[in-house]
Amino acid sequence: MHNAILEIRNLRAGVENKEILKGVNLLIRAGETHAVMGPNGSGKSTLAQILAGREGYEVTQGEVLYKGRDLLDMDPEERAREGVFLAFQYPVEIPGVNSAYFLKSALNEIRKARGLPELDAMEFLAFAKDKMKMLELREDFLKRSVNEGFSGGEKKRNEIFQMAVLEPQLAVLDETDSGLDIDALKVVSDGVNRLRRGNNAQLVITHYQRLLTYIIPDFVHVLVDGRIVRSGGKELAIELETRGYDWIMKHLEAVPA
Amino acid sequence: MVQAMAEMKASDPYLARFEDTFEREGASHGPAWLYPIRKAGISRFAEIGLPTVKHEDWRFTNVAPIARLPFKPLLEPTEATIKLDQFHFTNLPSNRLVFVNGHYSAALSSILPQEEGVQIGSLAAALANDGALLQNYLGRFAKADENGFSALNTAFFTDGAFIHVPAGKAVREAVHLLFISTASEAGAAIHPRNLIVAEGDTRLTVIESYVSTISAAYITNAVEELVIGENAVVEHCKFQEESRTAYHVATQHLHIGRGANVISHSFAFGAKLSRNNIRTTLAGEGLDCILNGLYITGDEQLADHHMIVEHAKPHCNSHEYFNGILDDRSRGVFHGRILVQQEAQKTDAKQTNKNLLLSDDATIDTKPQLEIYADDVKCTHGATVGQLNDESIFYLRARGIGIETARRILIHAFAGEIIDRVRCQPLREELDRMVWDRLEENPHL
Repeated sequence: MHNAILEIRNLRAGVENKEILKGVNLLIRAGETHAVMGPNGSGKSTLAQILAGREGYEVTQGEVLYKGRDLLDMDPEERAREGVFLAFQYPVEIPGVNSAYFLKSALNEIRKARGLPELDAMEFLAFAKDKMKMLELREDFLKRSVNEGFSGGEKKRNEIFQMAVLEPQLAVLDETDSGLDIDALKVVSDGVNRLRRGNNAQLVITHYQRLLTYIIPDFVHVLVDGRIVRSGGKELAIELETRGYDWIMKHLEAVPA
Repeated sequence: MVQAMAEMKASDPYLARFEDTFEREGASHGPAWLYPIRKAGISRFAEIGLPTVKHEDWRFTNVAPIARLPFKPLLEPTEATIKLDQFHFTNLPSNRLVFVNGHYSAALSSILPQEEGVQIGSLAAALANDGALLQNYLGRFAKADENGFSALNTAFFTDGAFIHVPAGKAVREAVHLLFISTASEAGAAIHPRNLIVAEGDTRLTVIESYVSTISAAYITNAVEELVIGENAVVEHCKFQEESRTAYHVATQHLHIGRGANVISHSFAFGAKLSRNNIRTTLAGEGLDCILNGLYITGDEQLADHHMIVEHAKPHCNSHEYFNGILDDRSRGVFHGRILVQQEAQKTDAKQTNKNLLLSDDATIDTKPQLEIYADDVKCTHGATVGQLNDESIFYLRARGIGIETARRILIHAFAGEIIDRVRCQPLREELDRMVWDRLEENPHL
């Protein structure tokens, strides 16, 4: 238990009196990659948003521990500084904010929190360069405004590039595969895989099994109607892909929880 | 008699002051030809007085507090030792003309060697020396009948900048006009008058800043005429950071010739109430004119920009970009009128006014107005009013950037849309830093 990165215990949460998560339990240890799969409306994105600290969700029960600390008590920026990273399903365009400036500011906030010296502009560029190559981002990318005018694929690559730069201990990837063509999917997955370490963990949230042929999870969880109804190894994802979510739902009706 | 006294008009103190100054003392304030111009100014003022909110063009900006102040025009120079490096842009390489309470200070000014024929100096001196040239320009573009403030300026101005760039010449370094107010008396009135003539094929950059060393209810009432010739390339940047207790009213007339390329910026950060009337006449074919502005207000400040862009000739482009950032109980006013004359075919006129409200009590009145008499033109306008984007703030926070910094980054980016258009690089960089520093110093503007 000492190497638990994330522990979600009986989490119930929702928006405006509508309960979306109805008692989620999940344990992620260092070195593990978990996938949460589920049909639309099952609460996948809500889970990701709550982990990142988005306002507007009400947690009614349960707790979330990040490295033993109460994650829900932390501001979004504090979570990020402590090593939690959300790769957004819909990365936000921020006109007028230079990508290099943005990411250097973020990195330095995180470095400060880790007791590391801040990087100046030159050091940052040197640091970022290899990682840009890994994500096949063009040289001029850092000069552009954050996500402004980026294609869908560029936005997702940018998320993983940020993840590479910020080196989180817990990365939550929210529908990172949506909108990607097969080449971009490979680049993005390859990036994610190369960021796997023995001391960090990844939570991949997806509707489709497709992504999980590139990012091989250690555990797969199926989220339906706000509950994890089934957990298993990577083969569960394949089974789900061939048999569909209907199979799980029917199964649920047959054997009430 | 008693009745006549009871009916004393609001304009009377101004008229009495005019008589004292210009009719008893004679022609001490300029050449003989100037007197009728002044006289026309004061007569016009007697007729119309200061505007009230009943005037459509002043509907959102109540200048009654100015009208209530005693009227004390500062007609004589004041002695002052002032450290200039406390003001922005004084470290930029530039020709610098410094005016203290509206009067030229030779001691504080410095002018670099110029190409033959280029004149950069005080208007009062130019009036004393070279009346003939000035007579062709002064008061021809800024009509005294524009409004009561212009009329008062025409009646009472004593000094300001005079820049004359003869055809084909370039002024390499920017000319910085620095207007410093040290007036501590309520109602002290400073009437700067600038005349800038850039003839055909010239290059000129002018920075014009209005600042103060004290906090007082003085008023700056400036009038400026910029006459820009064919194919001239001119950048003009007005920066207003008057005392937060002061009033600033300015009327700026740009008369632009064929093929010229002109960009005029207005940065309105200071004053309790500021009003910029910008009148642009696109008087030649195929020219390009950009009006670019940023107002940042807090407390109970009011910043008003009132533009008229007149397309008089075909094939001209005019763009207006104004962004406002308003906090606390402050107010912004944007009025942009585009007038396209019948002859001005193929006009391309654009206007955008974007506003960021940082408080529930801040307000903006924005009013586009298109008046088009030509049939083959492209005119667009758009105005937005909004708050900081929550999604953007969350995105920045989710990367470890604190909420206050995230807000600053976004406000700065919004200001940056305007600042980025400044072409003079050191000026642009200083403006950018200034906005950032201001945001860092104070979460409220």
